[in-house]
Amino acid sequence: MALLQRPFFVLLLVLTHQFMQYWIAFGSVNEEGQKQEEEFNEELLLKPLPDRKVLAHFHFQSSAPPSTSNGRHHHIFPKAISQLVQKFRVKEMELSFTQGRWNYESWGGFDPIPSSNAKPPGVELWAVFDVPQHQIDASWQNLTHTLSGLFCASINFLESTTTYSAPEWSFPPASGNLRYGTLPREAVCTENLTPWLKLLPCRDKAGIAVLLDRPSIYRGFYHSQRLHLTSTGSGSEGMVSGIILEQTLTVVLQPNSQRAGMAYASERHIQPSWSLTSIFGKQVSGTCVLAKSSNVYLLLDRGLVAELEHLHKENEKSAENGFTSQNFWTKPSFELSADPDRIFIEENSLHSKGSSVLYKFQVEKYSESEPFDLSLTWKIPVVWLSQQAPLHASRFLMGSGNERGAIAISLKSTQLSEGFMGANADDERCDLQVNVFQVVPWYVKVYFHSLQVFVNQQPKAISDIIEKIHVSPSKDKVSPGVMEMVLKLPCKVNSAALTIEFDKGFLHIDEYPPDANQGFDIPSAIISFPNFHASMIFLKDDSVNKSPLLSKFQEKSPVMSYTEALLVPLTTPDFSMPYNVITITCTVFALYFGSLLNVLRRRVAEEERFLKEKAAKKTGRLSLLLSKLSAKLRGRQWEPPSSPPASSSFINAKLVFKVILVAGLAVGWQYFFS
Amino acid sequence: MVPLCYCRFLDRLQLRELKDSLIIFCTDVFSAMLIRATGQNLRLAYLFSLESLDLVKQIEVSEILSSGDIAALIYLWNPFTIVACVGLSTSPVENMAVILCLYGACSRLIPLAAFGWVIATHLSLYPAILIIPVIFLLGCGPDAPPRKLFLQRHQQEEVLNQSKLPLGFSWRPIIHFAFWALLWSVYVLVLCGISLKQFGGIWEMFKSTYGFILTVEDLSPNIGVLWYFFAEVFDFFRNFFLIVFHVNIIFMILPLAIRLCHRPCFLAFVYIAIFSMLKSYPSVGDSALYLGLLGWFVNELADMQFSFFLFCGYFGVSLLSPVMHNLWIWRGTGNANFYFATAMVYACLQIILVVEGVSAMLNHDRKLRNLTTGKPRDAKS
Repeated sequence: MALLQRPFFVLLLVLTHQFMQYWIAFGSVNEEGQKQEEEFNEELLLKPLPDRKVLAHFHFQSSAPPSTSNGRHHHIFPKAISQLVQKFRVKEMELSFTQGRWNYESWGGFDPIPSSNAKPPGVELWAVFDVPQHQIDASWQNLTHTLSGLFCASINFLESTTTYSAPEWSFPPASGNLRYGTLPREAVCTENLTPWLKLLPCRDKAGIAVLLDRPSIYRGFYHSQRLHLTSTGSGSEGMVSGIILEQTLTVVLQPNSQRAGMAYASERHIQPSWSLTSIFGKQVSGTCVLAKSSNVYLLLDRGLVAELEHLHKENEKSAENGFTSQNFWTKPSFELSADPDRIFIEENSLHSKGSSVLYKFQVEKYSESEPFDLSLTWKIPVVWLSQQAPLHASRFLMGSGNERGAIAISLKSTQLSEGFMGANADDERCDLQVNVFQVVPWYVKVYFHSLQVFVNQQPKAISDIIEKIHVSPSKDKVSPGVMEMVLKLPCKVNSAALTIEFDKGFLHIDEYPPDANQGFDIPSAIISFPNFHASMIFLKDDSVNKSPLLSKFQEKSPVMSYTEALLVPLTTPDFSMPYNVITITCTVFALYFGSLLNVLRRRVAEEERFLKEKAAKKTGRLSLLLSKLSAKLRGRQWEPPSSPPASSSFINAKLVFKVILVAGLAVGWQYFFS
Repeated sequence: MVPLCYCRFLDRLQLRELKDSLIIFCTDVFSAMLIRATGQNLRLAYLFSLESLDLVKQIEVSEILSSGDIAALIYLWNPFTIVACVGLSTSPVENMAVILCLYGACSRLIPLAAFGWVIATHLSLYPAILIIPVIFLLGCGPDAPPRKLFLQRHQQEEVLNQSKLPLGFSWRPIIHFAFWALLWSVYVLVLCGISLKQFGGIWEMFKSTYGFILTVEDLSPNIGVLWYFFAEVFDFFRNFFLIVFHVNIIFMILPLAIRLCHRPCFLAFVYIAIFSMLKSYPSVGDSALYLGLLGWFVNELADMQFSFFLFCGYFGVSLLSPVMHNLWIWRGTGNANFYFATAMVYACLQIILVVEGVSAMLNHDRKLRNLTTGKPRDAKS
């Protein structure tokens, strides 16, 4: 019977499964009627960098529309994230794990990629809440704990009020409900990446995420994994708010140069050729089935395109064909292994440098048997520069010793401001607005009055340069110091510097991290240029709007850059000393207390009589010597015991009385407590 | 000498200009003048009491030094005072408030004494315990040998010369003092309340001034021992030791007051020495005050023991302490323990000074008693 029953049971299971699938499909068809569907898009952007490196920017976007029908259930969207958003009523949140430092000078600072994906080292978290003011801190603390569990990181350290702050207006999504915290020390590794990948519907088993080979990613120069979510807010009651979850991973990798051995001087300038297999060690063998679109882009930035155009023109001239600068990319100076499905050219609005070019490859066309492996081979040497932010910001410490020091933020103009701000320089009242946001931990006690501003190495009055300043001083062990400033610099500025002095605090031994002599990290300052927008607008096209990555590029976000994290060495006490310090200090206090009381209660005459009696009682040699010695120690003249014993019986009676008293006390104690 | 002046934040903020350093300088000079006036007052009282005990013959009056001048000179020429002045520390101001209080009480200017006491308490909290010597000063006048001695003397000689007897304890000036103290404290609190209206009011002020003093929150190195102790002590014992160390100050108030009630100025000196040793954030400015006041009792404490040792100790510590601090903080070659050791030695020296001072004063009283009662024995023993 049992043998018969089993196939039946299996059949039943299969049937239910089929039915369920059908039901789910039907459900999604129903959804399509409202044009609201959970979506998942996966994209990868590759970009050669001027210093022979390659930038790979993975962009995964899942979105859940606001709906009533789905309730708490999702097809694709990660449940953990949606629960988190519902529970803490997060309006917008960004969490980034970064290792390495974005090199603004050679990798650029103006494009949307560095401006929104270059993050400070360690963990950075900010969140905007949709709750009343007094609940924000509680929500933040709960959120940090949840994220800490979700991403296997010590984000819960951001719970304490000393680590997070509430910027008022200098942080771009300015709002009163914003909380911002960083952990510059946090080490980022694969245990943070794995939970991040778990949020993707195909994890790293299919689609573009297959490329995320751990050893090759962590071998890179810069690695930043970011999670950004926006909840669109529920319009009506009972509606579950829609969420857009954006997961990006930005890596800067060094391709293995295959022609490294070449001895030609000219060949040395040639950029290294690379392919997906050479930089990641893997190839894309098809899309993630659940993804709506799955694309790979190759971006040539403005500087590179301008350089290529220039080279192309020269070639054409020499071939006396007359130049048609538009089709240089059809006969380019590099070779792609796959034909692009589409080529976008940036709509050039502002920049004279040229416009960037984007090649699009659809992964759908490739399969297991014919995997997608993009490779780029340079034919001619090319040297170019990435576009920089108007000012290059760096921050450093001044002074020596562990008593005090100064923080300096220096802003240096880059070629951008020389170039295209030259057009505006005719105006007398041309200003360059710079926002500075800086958080310092409480043990770096900043003296805000010592703020000094230098423009072109000349000290300037603060009121001339700083248009707006907001300072919240730190409180010991309660809150960090926050400084927000708006600087108005003249356009022709070459360099500007801000310095501010501080005293170093002294901590309790428990407050030092395990490796105390390494020093403490001051989180990066954020420098943003609200008048400059990092956006790349590609030709208006339907497909552009459909691609989340490209629509992200079109958003007008202010140019932002992070400064370096500072390492401040603090004085350390001796960590092995607590017992010694406690005992020695207590001894000194006991010395004080005892000797003072002794002096106060001593009566000279009585004491002498007592001494004499004692000496008379015991006329041993030792006691004689002792009394002599003690008299000498006390600085008095020693008197030989001459007077006869006064009343030894009295002493005895006294002694007996004492013994009886103590015994009585002991008996009473015993009786009372038993 | 950076750790020696504590309130540097205030200094950096406001006292940067030369004119501000001039203010500190003038404060010190003014304090010295008040010390001199009080010292002369004390000397007159001492001479008067000797005369009334008929001891003028035994103790040659020409040997009695003018303690006011000595005290003022010690105060002004003390390197600690100079350092506190040059470092633009606020401790000269606190010291001046304390001296104002003692001066007012000695010369029976009750409103001035109350003002000094209230301001000193407001500035550094610990001078609050000076209310006991001030009450004795107002109640029965400046330092004199015990009252019992006078009575004995007069019984012995059977001369009832009332004019030579010191006055008994009178409550009237104390009630005056209480009234004025209340008035001044209300005045100060109202002023503070008005100026701190936007910053959380008076309660916030209490919490971040007196609270800051009582819960030793700042662990920056200073010449005391508490910063290192609280930097190292286990967190769950912290409250216990806070209580123990503050009770240590309060505990000695009563025994000292009982034993030294006839010498209120010396009592005030001992209190000042004790709290400048045990306070949460001591500085050399505090030491400068009690070392200056030590000059008042130059006649009484002439027989003090270990005075040369103490002098050498103070000298050595004030040379070594900056060196150790420099080695630890600036050069990074030393260790916190080296600096802590000098602080420890300094605390021991202060303890010896207080204990020996009290002991010498009690011996002096014994000597006077022996002289009056006419015992042939050497008064010193």
